[in-house]
Amino acid sequence: MTLPTLTDFYVLLPYIILTVWASVLLLVDVFIPKNRKSLTAILSALGIAVALGYAIAQIGVTSKGFNNMVALDGFSVFANILLLASGLFGIALAYGYNNRMNMQRGEYYILLLFSLTGMMLMAQAADLIIVFLALELLSIPLYVLSAISRRLDAEESGVKYFLLGAFASGFVVYGIALIFGATGSTALNDIFFAASSGTFSLLLTVGAGLLLVGFSFKVAAVPFHMWTPDVYQGAPTPVTAFMSSGAKIAGFVALFRVFAVAFPALSDDLTNVLWALSALTMIIGNFVALSQTNIKRLLAYSAIAQAGYILMAFVPYGNKEVAPVAIASGLFYLVAYTISNFGTWGVVIALEKAENKGLELDDYAGLAKKYPALAIAMTVFMLSLIGFPPTLGMVGKFYLFRAAIDGGFVGLAIIGVLTSVVSAYYYLRVVVNMYMKEGDPTVENETWLNFTTAITAIATVAVSIVPNILFLLASTAVF
Amino acid sequence: MEFISQPLTLLTFFPLLGVLVILFLNAEQKNAIRWVALGTSLITFFISLWVFSMFDSSNPNLQLEAKYNWINVARFNIHYYLAIDGLSVLLVLMTTALTSISILCTWSAIEDRVKDFMAFFLLLEVGMSGVFLAQDLFLFYIFWEFTLVPMYFIIGIWGGPRRVYAAIKFFLYTMAGSILMLLAILWLGIYGNTFSVPDLVAKGNIPANIQLWLFLAFTIAFAIKVPMWPVHSWLPDAHVEAPTAGSVILAGVLLKMGTYGFLRFNIPLFPDATVQAAPWIALLATIGIIYGAWVSYAQADVKKLVAYSSVSHLGFVMLGLFALNPEGVAGSILQMINHGISTGALFLLIGMIYEQTHTREIKVYGGLWKITPVFGVFMLISALSSMGLPGLNGFVGEFTILLGAFGSNAIGNPWYAGISALGVIMAAVYILYMFQRMFMGPAGEITHHHQLKDLNWREIITMIPLIVFMFWIGLYPKPFFDILAPAVEKLLSALPL
Repeated sequence: MTLPTLTDFYVLLPYIILTVWASVLLLVDVFIPKNRKSLTAILSALGIAVALGYAIAQIGVTSKGFNNMVALDGFSVFANILLLASGLFGIALAYGYNNRMNMQRGEYYILLLFSLTGMMLMAQAADLIIVFLALELLSIPLYVLSAISRRLDAEESGVKYFLLGAFASGFVVYGIALIFGATGSTALNDIFFAASSGTFSLLLTVGAGLLLVGFSFKVAAVPFHMWTPDVYQGAPTPVTAFMSSGAKIAGFVALFRVFAVAFPALSDDLTNVLWALSALTMIIGNFVALSQTNIKRLLAYSAIAQAGYILMAFVPYGNKEVAPVAIASGLFYLVAYTISNFGTWGVVIALEKAENKGLELDDYAGLAKKYPALAIAMTVFMLSLIGFPPTLGMVGKFYLFRAAIDGGFVGLAIIGVLTSVVSAYYYLRVVVNMYMKEGDPTVENETWLNFTTAITAIATVAVSIVPNILFLLASTAVF
Repeated sequence: MEFISQPLTLLTFFPLLGVLVILFLNAEQKNAIRWVALGTSLITFFISLWVFSMFDSSNPNLQLEAKYNWINVARFNIHYYLAIDGLSVLLVLMTTALTSISILCTWSAIEDRVKDFMAFFLLLEVGMSGVFLAQDLFLFYIFWEFTLVPMYFIIGIWGGPRRVYAAIKFFLYTMAGSILMLLAILWLGIYGNTFSVPDLVAKGNIPANIQLWLFLAFTIAFAIKVPMWPVHSWLPDAHVEAPTAGSVILAGVLLKMGTYGFLRFNIPLFPDATVQAAPWIALLATIGIIYGAWVSYAQADVKKLVAYSSVSHLGFVMLGLFALNPEGVAGSILQMINHGISTGALFLLIGMIYEQTHTREIKVYGGLWKITPVFGVFMLISALSSMGLPGLNGFVGEFTILLGAFGSNAIGNPWYAGISALGVIMAAVYILYMFQRMFMGPAGEITHHHQLKDLNWREIITMIPLIVFMFWIGLYPKPFFDILAPAVEKLLSALPL
């Protein structure tokens, strides 16, 4: 047992900054008067910004820390930057909303910070124990956040999320136990050596399968998606926005790292499972979304379907030549998804009224006439989620499908493109309502909300025209 | 700076400048917006004339190339690559011309949300020019898909009563077709390590069985756009519901994107599959010619009649293309232009009368010839041009196509040409039957109730260029064939025939 060195701390620097800052804020918040809680929001955002600065400074550094239990590499840095940016967006969306909905409370932002630290730890975990810790650290604050508005449906959402989430955690722990039983270790590298040293027991495969179930729950892949629509609908909208991006990113990066590092030897079995998971998620998510009339439920199913596309990147993970490109395409698509996703939720929040009003598709009728800029932004996001030019989503899908074809999964790519056509129908329904129906919507005009919507819309188009840097970052971010 | 000053870049993206200006205008300044849009489209048209003046028609190769590295990371090798050759130069000129004409025809027809309309229309022009000029598959795909977006809005916002249904059907149908092409493009990109079409053509050697699959994927995309029988059912809805300007562009340019796709991608990239598939395409084209004409005859709505006649006319274009001989291909490219001119003119005229009466039922008209003589003359010329009367443009195209198809080795059976020739007769039947019911005989119901006005000066100016070209191509088509010949010869020389 050696004492931790400075290197160990440097590996986790952004995470540590954020954890310390969140703990400090817990104390500070007590002294902030009730009607000034937006100060906590600003302080939280500052903390994230500082951590983001350090995360960016870590680009290009590779290291391990704490007895190889956490890793710092291009992959974790990429994920951290994306997660921290999500945190900033999450706060920007909540800032005005919480005032408007009379739920401006300090703990909101602090819980968000804690959840964010869990997500970041997830991206850096090189040991299954850390994976589990991170999973709990990110989930528990989210359970609370889902119910934070104390409305009945929010509480239902929180409880549902908690119960099913606890169940999923159980799967993960049980999986870890089985893997430990099979290999005698929880370190990803040791598991890799144990698994690839020839014969491995069925225990290992079952353990990996159970882990997959747990992660599938987090990223809302079919058939582990049942909680998603209810939770997304019931939770306060900024929480949903943060959850549908952050928790998804964290789930995917953990899935990528654990499987690509520890289980390449199991790919003969698991690739088929992942194939089916991805195909099912794309098909069910998109088809069920067709019949939704509530925008939050529609976007929940859309988020499920999007998980299917990202999973596609992951199917050829055992193929040494294709895997790096495939995972890079998954990361690229995660960025595209995150940006468009936050923008979409920004528009939803702008239209939302108290008491769950303003959330039906019909409430979007006539938006283009009254608020053309907002309608254009929403159109851009919808096109991006369909995968239509000139948006980032299109470039992302192009990259994803190439990885699938490269890996020899043409069938999956065909399912992917055909379900994209299905998705066009429900995304376009939003556009139809905004542009082709008469209505008189009213919109909240909040600086940070408008800022988020504008910047994500511009990024969605601009980055699709000059995507080189993002391509480069994603392709060098693979360990 | 060098990037911007490339003639083809300028041609493609100049309308964006207009969009930008329009965005800063107040939505209430409708006339200012109209003038900006018209001015932009006219300048774009002049840029295309400038491009044409630099174009060397004796050179069969790609010219005025603008080629830059665009995305060359992550094993992508994507170029920003625009170029023009004999196959595309006429289509580009037609695109810029028809855009100006369409904008002119909306002057009084579009009163609602003029700002949005003009912005979408100019965006559409960017997409269309890009489709005809892009030589990189990725770039092409972006332009190709992008054209759907503004057209979707144009149909969905300013269309007829069933506009939303028609717009979504148009969008989904076309997207469903082109999405499989995306996979084929990706396969080619992996295979050739480039998306540049000339490089892929030069590399060639795609295994025959895979060629067939790729050919199929591209064919589905283009066949839906053309539209070929049996994937034409989006077209009547979209055409009928679209506002006049939308119909003109839809028939004039968007459909040609499909036939152009066959010409630019299917034939050079998959030569073996092309030769193999030629008889089948010819079969579908022939069915389309007869079917389209037959259904046209039965229509009670004049716009629907013209829409279905497009299915028939585009059947001729496809038949000529897959005759795979110089007469057939050159004839079919010319017929693409002809169809744009004639059908464009018919849609414009129908739009002009619809603006006054708000009905397109053939049976409520009658006796228009006496009431609106100028309108009648324009309609007669356009109708005759569409049905292929000798001396007008339609005849030249259809005759050359049939000549090519008759002697085609690729199709291998003169019967296709023989049956298709019936389509010309049927065209005469449905067109003249329509003309007779609308313009001859006693005055119909609507002509009693309305004080119908004849065409005004703006409408006449809109029509004149189209009429001029009907006669020009009809009487002296040689300059047009001279532009096409070298490029067509080069295209066909690579085929294993």
